[in-house]
Amino acid sequence: MTALAEKRSGAMAAPEQETVLSVEGLTISVRTEAGLRPLVSDMSFTLGRGQTLAIAGESGSGKSITSLAIMGLLPPPAVRVTGGRILLGQTDLTALNDEAMQDIRGNRIAMIFQEPMTSLNPVMTIGRQLTEAIEAHESMSAVEARSRALDALRAVRISEPERRLRQYPHELSGGMRQRVMIAMALALRPDVLIADEPTTALDVTVQREVLDLLRDLQRDLGTAIILITHDMGVVAEMADHVIVMQSGRMVEQGSVEQVFAAPAEDYTRALLAAVPRMGRGAATPAAPRASQPPVARLSDVEVTFDLRSGLLGRVTHHVHAVAGVSFDIRKGETFALVGESGCGKSTIARAMAGLVPFRGGIEIGGKRVDGTRADLLATRREAQLVFQDPMAALDPRMRVGDLVAEPLVIHRIGTPESRRAKVFDLFERVGLTREHVDRYPHEFSGGQRQRICIARALALDPKLIIADESVSALDVSVQARVLDLLKSLKDEFGVSYLFISHDMAVVENIADRVAVMYLGQIVEMGSRAQVFGSPIHPYTRRLIDAVPVPDPRHQRKPLERLATEVPSPVRRVGDSPARLPLRNVGDGHLVVDWQQDGIPT
Amino acid sequence: MTAYLIRRLVQAVLILLGVSLITFFLLYALPADPVRQIAGRSATAETVENIRRQLGLDQPFVVQYWRYLTGLVQGDLGRSYLQKTDVSTLIAARLPATLLLMAGAIFCELMLGLTMGIIAALRRGTTTDNALMITSFIGVSAPQFVVGLLLLYVFAVKLGWFPIGGYGTFAHMVLPSITLGILGSGWYSRMMRSSMIDVLRQDYIRTARAKGLSRRRILLRHALPNAILPIVAMIGIDIGIFMGGIVVVESVFGWPGIGQLAWQAIQRVDIPIIMGVTLVSACAIVLGNLLADVVTPFIDPRIRVR
Repeated sequence: MTALAEKRSGAMAAPEQETVLSVEGLTISVRTEAGLRPLVSDMSFTLGRGQTLAIAGESGSGKSITSLAIMGLLPPPAVRVTGGRILLGQTDLTALNDEAMQDIRGNRIAMIFQEPMTSLNPVMTIGRQLTEAIEAHESMSAVEARSRALDALRAVRISEPERRLRQYPHELSGGMRQRVMIAMALALRPDVLIADEPTTALDVTVQREVLDLLRDLQRDLGTAIILITHDMGVVAEMADHVIVMQSGRMVEQGSVEQVFAAPAEDYTRALLAAVPRMGRGAATPAAPRASQPPVARLSDVEVTFDLRSGLLGRVTHHVHAVAGVSFDIRKGETFALVGESGCGKSTIARAMAGLVPFRGGIEIGGKRVDGTRADLLATRREAQLVFQDPMAALDPRMRVGDLVAEPLVIHRIGTPESRRAKVFDLFERVGLTREHVDRYPHEFSGGQRQRICIARALALDPKLIIADESVSALDVSVQARVLDLLKSLKDEFGVSYLFISHDMAVVENIADRVAVMYLGQIVEMGSRAQVFGSPIHPYTRRLIDAVPVPDPRHQRKPLERLATEVPSPVRRVGDSPARLPLRNVGDGHLVVDWQQDGIPT
Repeated sequence: MTAYLIRRLVQAVLILLGVSLITFFLLYALPADPVRQIAGRSATAETVENIRRQLGLDQPFVVQYWRYLTGLVQGDLGRSYLQKTDVSTLIAARLPATLLLMAGAIFCELMLGLTMGIIAALRRGTTTDNALMITSFIGVSAPQFVVGLLLLYVFAVKLGWFPIGGYGTFAHMVLPSITLGILGSGWYSRMMRSSMIDVLRQDYIRTARAKGLSRRRILLRHALPNAILPIVAMIGIDIGIFMGGIVVVESVFGWPGIGQLAWQAIQRVDIPIIMGVTLVSACAIVLGNLLADVVTPFIDPRIRVR
């Protein structure tokens, strides 16, 4: 029996658990010029010792604000609690002043945040930040505090804990930093741990390890966890109880089995339906269109970045971001590149768009990309990019219609009137209206902005659209709609996609063919059915296994923990990484031999 | 680190070379004739030509500059036309006074500027914030001779708390240091305010609050070291701004530093002194920046060279 199942059965056997935290009719409002506007209304729940409550919802649902209210960290003075109580044991936290809350925070209620990269102070050592948290609540000598900090680091299974104490945050990877955050939060054994999207910024295999860790620590310490997340897979795996929130209101609450098996509300049903699931795409093989000439062909592409050091600033090391990648993208095909951060997938996109120098050959629409000015214009007519953050990709001072027309202006296509007509047409194709054309980017929602980016990419009738994590920042319901749009545009315009993503479930739902990247090289490539249906390389399997399944009945076998971090792509000049040849295991399914590549099986 | 320092020092030499060339050319092209100043109005044309030949001022620009440069690498800044003394001696005698004044000014501007900036950031959007920012705006825009004369009138003439001018005791230092520091404190308070507001918004400040640390500790241990980073870089640049102010402030307070020396030399077209003071100032700016770059890694581990 797994740890999860043990805990669940334990919880069922003793339903009368001691309540540690109860929230009664909590209302949080923001003061605006038009008076108080509620952000969260009438929220109520109780949390028992050792229990995990998930608060799920899309952005703007009020789930993070709720957690900040419990911590007493609402941004003053505009946002405050305007009704209800938060009871920790017998104490009403809403009645405490900030000084009294200081004793509670970190001591009895601790919190970890979404962004491990920025949640630690960059100019203080890890050790100092840990001991400081301990010393704030318990009087002890510096030596004792240090040994407590060391224990905490060991508890979160971090390698070389003594050395970590002396290191600074920038020397640690994102997963390690999140472990430090957890160590800091749990060092004082709080009654309640609030985890606000704790794994959203992490790679899927790291997410898996952090979730396992949280569950183990909870079992050992009996901590109650409030898990704030948008990811229904994480909810299904971690939670005992779920609250689904929408626009500041509780839509539904209940045990995790009940909410997933028989959701009572339409919103919950829609939310669950929008979640991309694994195992659906594998069964339907994509129609092979091998007879067509490829839209893009990469042969042995290599991208390295120089690291300089010494008196004369000579190049001593190379970062091998992409180390010999070859693939074809066929006409009308969605080709997906998947892999974890730092594997080189985005660098390939940048090389194809002529944004970084590369070695090897890249052909787009039959033309070789060589990096000259004339060539860049030609290449970009054939290949357009859609990025992850649609707000950052749109100039806030330009009207969206002008943004979509800009590629036409740059390439001197058409007259102002014909461009205007084209913009109208594109807006309608991507599901916006003509009235939207003269507005500014900030007037649109995230999903609408991404539609504008897609319209802009389509303006030049490109043969290839490179979508670099284009749906990763969107809420699941919006994500599902944008993915549908991409699919329909593919048929309508006959465009091909290079779809770059870290999200295995999304890739399985959209891709025709898939390449899995690791450390700058492709380790497995094939049709969707081949890669997801019968993955061969252990890294591919590991990626697929790590994806949380949005079904609480799913029994997961615990993922084997890796002893080491991902090897570094930084190598001395002259010491190039070994090229791993891809072997055809049948019907175009290519895999590297893995006995030699250093990935533990 | 050593390699880095060597590279920076090579850069510094090139900068000084450039500064010397430009200054020398500007003084060469100056319509005022230094020889007339030395010879006096009644001198005959023959005397004037003699002096010109003696000083080598009849030579073409390239020859003059080459002579100056060869002297310079041997540590010879030339001789003053009018004071008949080595420029290096004159500068050496007056440099300590100027350095003292600068130290006082940096202290004043940091104390005033950082305190104002931090308070304004913590009280942002309030009347206190507005009042402090208006004050800093006045500090930035008020001309130094006006500030200096105003301080002299109120605190020296009317109240008699400080001496009217001169050099010697701590009391002599107070008014000139404040006058010189007020301009910078205006800049620093604005920079510190925006830097602090930015830092207080960071995720790690939220983490510190979530740990249950006291406000005081969050401010001093977490916010301040991060907020001060851009200020440190600014102090290096600031030394350059001081050099301009020093000429004015030393004249107003009769402070016997190189600013006053420069002022007198400019009035009398004493080219070697002007050259010498300019080069010393350039040195100070280059060193100030270098110092800022050397100090920053001690505060910010992210840019430490491993």
